[in-house]
Amino acid sequence: MNQDWPRILDLLAQHVQLSFAALGLALVIALPLAIASARSRTVAGVTLGFASLIQTIPALALLALFFPLLLALSAVFGDAISPLGFLPSLLALTLYALLPILRNAVTGLRSVEPAMVEAADGVGMTALQKLWLVEAPLASPTIMAGVRTAAVWTIGAATLSTTVGQPSLGDLIFAGLQTQNWSLVLAGCLAAAGLAISVDLLLGLIESGIRWRKHLRIWLAGIALALGLGAALWPAPQADRPVVTIGAKRFSEQYVLARLIGRRLEAAGYAVRYREGLGSAVVFRALASDEVQVYVDYAGTIWTNEMQRQDPEPRAQMIAEITRWAKAQHGVRLVGPLGFENTYAFAVRPDDARQLGLRSLDDVVRVAPQFVFGTDVEFLERPEWQMVQAAYPLRFKGRRAFEPTFMYRALSLGEADIISAFSSDGRIAANGFVVLDDPKGAIPAYDAILMVSRSAARDARLVEALKPLVGAIPVEKMREANYRVDRDDNKQSPADSAAWLDGALAAPAQGTTR
Amino acid sequence: MATSPSFSRPATARGPAVAFEGVGKAYGGTVAIAGVDATISPGTFVAIVGSSGSGKSTLLKTVNRLIEPDHGSVRIDGADVAEQELHQLRRSIGYVFQNIGLFPHMTVAQNIGIGSRLASGKPLPDDRVTALLDLVDLPRGFATRLPEQLSGGQQQRVGVARALAGAPGLMLMDEPFGALDPVTRETLGEQYRALHEQLGLTTIMVTHDMAEALLFADRIWVMASGRIVADATPAQLIAGRCGPEAEALVAVPRLQAERITAMRAAGPAA
Repeated sequence: MNQDWPRILDLLAQHVQLSFAALGLALVIALPLAIASARSRTVAGVTLGFASLIQTIPALALLALFFPLLLALSAVFGDAISPLGFLPSLLALTLYALLPILRNAVTGLRSVEPAMVEAADGVGMTALQKLWLVEAPLASPTIMAGVRTAAVWTIGAATLSTTVGQPSLGDLIFAGLQTQNWSLVLAGCLAAAGLAISVDLLLGLIESGIRWRKHLRIWLAGIALALGLGAALWPAPQADRPVVTIGAKRFSEQYVLARLIGRRLEAAGYAVRYREGLGSAVVFRALASDEVQVYVDYAGTIWTNEMQRQDPEPRAQMIAEITRWAKAQHGVRLVGPLGFENTYAFAVRPDDARQLGLRSLDDVVRVAPQFVFGTDVEFLERPEWQMVQAAYPLRFKGRRAFEPTFMYRALSLGEADIISAFSSDGRIAANGFVVLDDPKGAIPAYDAILMVSRSAARDARLVEALKPLVGAIPVEKMREANYRVDRDDNKQSPADSAAWLDGALAAPAQGTTR
Repeated sequence: MATSPSFSRPATARGPAVAFEGVGKAYGGTVAIAGVDATISPGTFVAIVGSSGSGKSTLLKTVNRLIEPDHGSVRIDGADVAEQELHQLRRSIGYVFQNIGLFPHMTVAQNIGIGSRLASGKPLPDDRVTALLDLVDLPRGFATRLPEQLSGGQQQRVGVARALAGAPGLMLMDEPFGALDPVTRETLGEQYRALHEQLGLTTIMVTHDMAEALLFADRIWVMASGRIVADATPAQLIAGRCGPEAEALVAVPRLQAERITAMRAAGPAA
């Protein structure tokens, strides 16, 4: 973490930009609505009802819901509308911030005493003068209290924008959770909390300044907020080299591979930045729309999720078809397979395997009614699970979904009896888990494949810098690299692990290779 | 208040005449005022009395159109108020009401100067604020205070100063001293009556206090069920024969006065 200060500051700046933009937009929308709502019960019913409804949607789901919506819009309006990154985050957070601002502003405006209104009318104020000179000042402490609530919510919820590809302090939290790097999680949480508390204090100063008519307080807090925003907007020193964005999904192997690719590209003279913690569906879209220029996916994932195929084919044929399809449909170039597979591997505890005689998925059918099935959060919704169920009639006692990290723990601790592990994960061997065979070949091949976007495919130097990785990573080395990040003791950062892996690839004759 | 030098209105000025012509107002099925016809000559101090719900406040507010009548018209010096620009009309009439309604986020000077700010966007000049504070017998240093730092009586003095700031000829007062203690009420009432004389105003004051009306007004209108049932001078009302509603209202202060006189005649009790 020590070497990551520039990264944390950069993420903090992005976090501030996103939160302030969402808060500002929410104010611009909510205040006129509040004025209309304070005047009419009908309007209030509609606006407050809508804002409350939005609030019942979990923030993570709200972010995700903008993806298909914006995808449809971008199909109509073209590249100006991006379904990833800043725009969906801004929209979701803005909607989220509406309720506290709206509710407090309506309450504040409605609680202006009738005597004030009568006095304002009596001295001959127009409706606008009344709003500006009497109602707004009298309601402003209540309105500011709502703005403070919205600010704290927005800054907190902005950490979730990582999942739709918008860099934020959530990058640290999600990466730390995946790699069990608690200091990273803590850094992300503390930075977000510190930001929220600072903004809340400054807004509180403005609120008290309005309430007690202390203009100095309002000015000081306003200037402090403006300076903070200014610092966040201050352009980071731009590299004069071309910048390549490397994508990564939300697990250790992806973080390590992203850094490995980054090392190779930096060595070739490129500046790189990372978009980490992206969802499976999101990351391929990001590549297709050229927001991410390079990342590693797995053949079976593209096959089932993107191409909607459910018929397993021999791996060479499968990769050839994916190559054709990606090029034709999205202009994406498949540089090549990296040389190892990360497939779904059903794993059980060694003592269960021994005592119950479990060797393959066929054997599990027998014991399934006594077994709890632990999976990662997306497996049960994936086509692979349908394909497994079609081949093996598995009826488990229960199912539990975990973040990948906790899935392995759950199996060790007996919270789950069988898990959908990842075959390249170092924790399978480290825990002595037994991987079951798939005699019916229900699960497609999951060769790791290196893909580059339309623009990167045109850059021959970039492709040349990546080509040495093709076929170069044996599964043992990938497992070892993953385990260096995942293990509990003597943990390494993905960057350090990638450095180790880079070194191990350069010296293929030594070590644990075949 | 009356001791201050002459205010901005010329000494010869007289407030306008006010005429109600068939003014009526109903809320749903409830009649608040039922076709009132009445006139007020320039410079008169009229008190409107009556029980709660008799329509006296409603009638008053038709003058500056805080309430728009269903039918009939109100004329100020012959001009129908309905044909005048609403906000200009209100700025030209002084309005004082029971809840005072000083703006809590503005200083006394800003409250007094609000009319000027509305009309021209400029604050009232300091010397005018000072003159108005003198007029309502408040220390000049109050200009920079906030309303919450003032007593109820002082606040209503500011309320009167605010109403007078635009140099209106007509003052509308809706139970202006009703929320104040009796001593303050008496003092303020007397001082306002003197101001009325000094500035040559036309004043219409709604009150539920018959004694106040008898002592300060030139004419008294007694209202019942949305109608003016008696229109008389204080002397005529005290003499009686102005109808049962008027009689009932006059009876209270008269009886109180008689009792107090009797107690004084009996001398100090043992």
